[in-house]
Amino acid sequence: MDSNGGGEVCRILRELKTLKASKSDIERRISDLEAQLRELNLNNGTVVPNGSSCTLMSTVDSGFGHGLSADMIYRYSRQLLIPSFGVQAQSNLLKSSILVVGAGGLGSPALLYLAACGVGRLGIVDHDVVELNNMHRQIIHTEAYIGQPKVKSAAASCRSINSTIQIVEHKEALCASNALEILSKYDIIVDATDNAPSRYMISDCCVVLGKPLVSGAAVGLEGQLTVYNYNGGPCYRCLFPTPPPTTACQRCSDSGVLGVVPGVIGVLQALETIKIAAAVGEPLSGRMLLFDALSARIRIVKIRGRSLQCEVCGENTAFTQKQFSEFDYENFTQSPLSTSPLKLNLLPADSRISSKEFKERIVNGEANVLVDVRPPHHYKIVSLPGSVNIPLSRLESRLPEISSFLNETKERKALNPDSVPSLYVICRRGNDSQRAVQLLHKMGFTIAKDIIGGLESWAQDVDQNFPTY
Amino acid sequence: MQLTLEFGGGLELLCDSVKIHNINVALQNGIEKLTMKDLLSWVRTNLIKERPEMFMKGDSVRPGVLVLVNDCDWELSGQLDTTLEEKDVVVFISTLHGG
Repeated sequence: MDSNGGGEVCRILRELKTLKASKSDIERRISDLEAQLRELNLNNGTVVPNGSSCTLMSTVDSGFGHGLSADMIYRYSRQLLIPSFGVQAQSNLLKSSILVVGAGGLGSPALLYLAACGVGRLGIVDHDVVELNNMHRQIIHTEAYIGQPKVKSAAASCRSINSTIQIVEHKEALCASNALEILSKYDIIVDATDNAPSRYMISDCCVVLGKPLVSGAAVGLEGQLTVYNYNGGPCYRCLFPTPPPTTACQRCSDSGVLGVVPGVIGVLQALETIKIAAAVGEPLSGRMLLFDALSARIRIVKIRGRSLQCEVCGENTAFTQKQFSEFDYENFTQSPLSTSPLKLNLLPADSRISSKEFKERIVNGEANVLVDVRPPHHYKIVSLPGSVNIPLSRLESRLPEISSFLNETKERKALNPDSVPSLYVICRRGNDSQRAVQLLHKMGFTIAKDIIGGLESWAQDVDQNFPTY
Repeated sequence: MQLTLEFGGGLELLCDSVKIHNINVALQNGIEKLTMKDLLSWVRTNLIKERPEMFMKGDSVRPGVLVLVNDCDWELSGQLDTTLEEKDVVVFISTLHGG
């Protein structure tokens, strides 16, 4: 019965895989054809039914002096009915071009609303692919696109909401050498990135090109939002002339993030962008919005104006396009533009063992103590059986516990008086475990060894069913 | 002097993960005013439980920390020389980069 059931499951899984592959292939072809059709329509200015009940919007001015066609009037009618927005703001919006850098947690909702509200041209920059652990917050992507470029997935979602606007895909990493060319094609830039060097680079580029920048950030349960380089207001460097230490830059992949938090900030980024593009209201320049999800509080604070001493936008500075394109942002912030995790190498080879070798030693019945130095909330997600949790931050004060674990193991395994159990240290990726081993060596535990690559390498090389996060 | 201090953007982790602190700073004899400079050194001594370098650099806050006195950037009130008054609210917030 068991083996039959297993066979059936395998057959279904195989069929699902095949069907999903053909589904995503068909979706890709549909998306390509739609893009082609749109190009043709834009060039000819003709109306062609696109196969569904909806027809592509006429680009022909209906002759009411505001440039909106009949289809546009109907589609955007609920915005046209707002007295302080109206047809003039919508007309401005339709003529605007917006670039969203990053199709992640912030970019997802920002892009969806910007596409829906009817901006003229919407550019998306991202070099990443969609992953399962993105789905909880990057709501523009669907499961069918896992493994595919985020730009493609985001563009397809935007097109499915509004097939009448122009969507431009920039499937590349934004860097100082291509930023000027890409950003110069747009009126307003939305920073929806996830790292410090990108934020400095995008702000500097906006100053050099004279573009307003709608900047959002979110980690954990908090978010921040402001508009830089708008109407004589400050730029990012006016506020943060010196980059923070790298240890102060939390990332979602380390510190976590509740999906809805970047959602809130991304939606507000779309709002600020719409206000600037449509020329309505008071954009959030010279002010900053601070969002604390846990206490349900939003605070809007007054921030400094443009700094005369700013190295990029200041009175006597001449930060040129050439200087910008040659500026080393990774060196300036001491952190990489991509968010690939750090891979430290702090220890000599004889103080480290691979996860495979560690597994062999367990199988051979070696007496050992395994210390897991991750924070307790990580340990609660998943841990290796038999490991003890002593977080790195508490390690120094809890050394006596390690001594007693070693003694217990020695007694339990009835080792002879001269031999001592092995001492291994593990963490999530193998960086903190090296720091811990360094500390242990210094404190006299010279036998301590680090398990290379941590639990991630255990999941990859030893037990493929071991959860990763 | 009674003040409300708030830590955010991860800085609260340096003070036992408590975000809001209602504090009472005793003024030294003969001195009637408290400046931000005085307050920073009080915070460092009394509230920061770990990694003080993540909060301060020299006698000011480290790069990437915004200081707000009554919801206003301290750059606009004189930074370290800002004079505090009874019941003021001072916010220390680390700038976020994630998304």
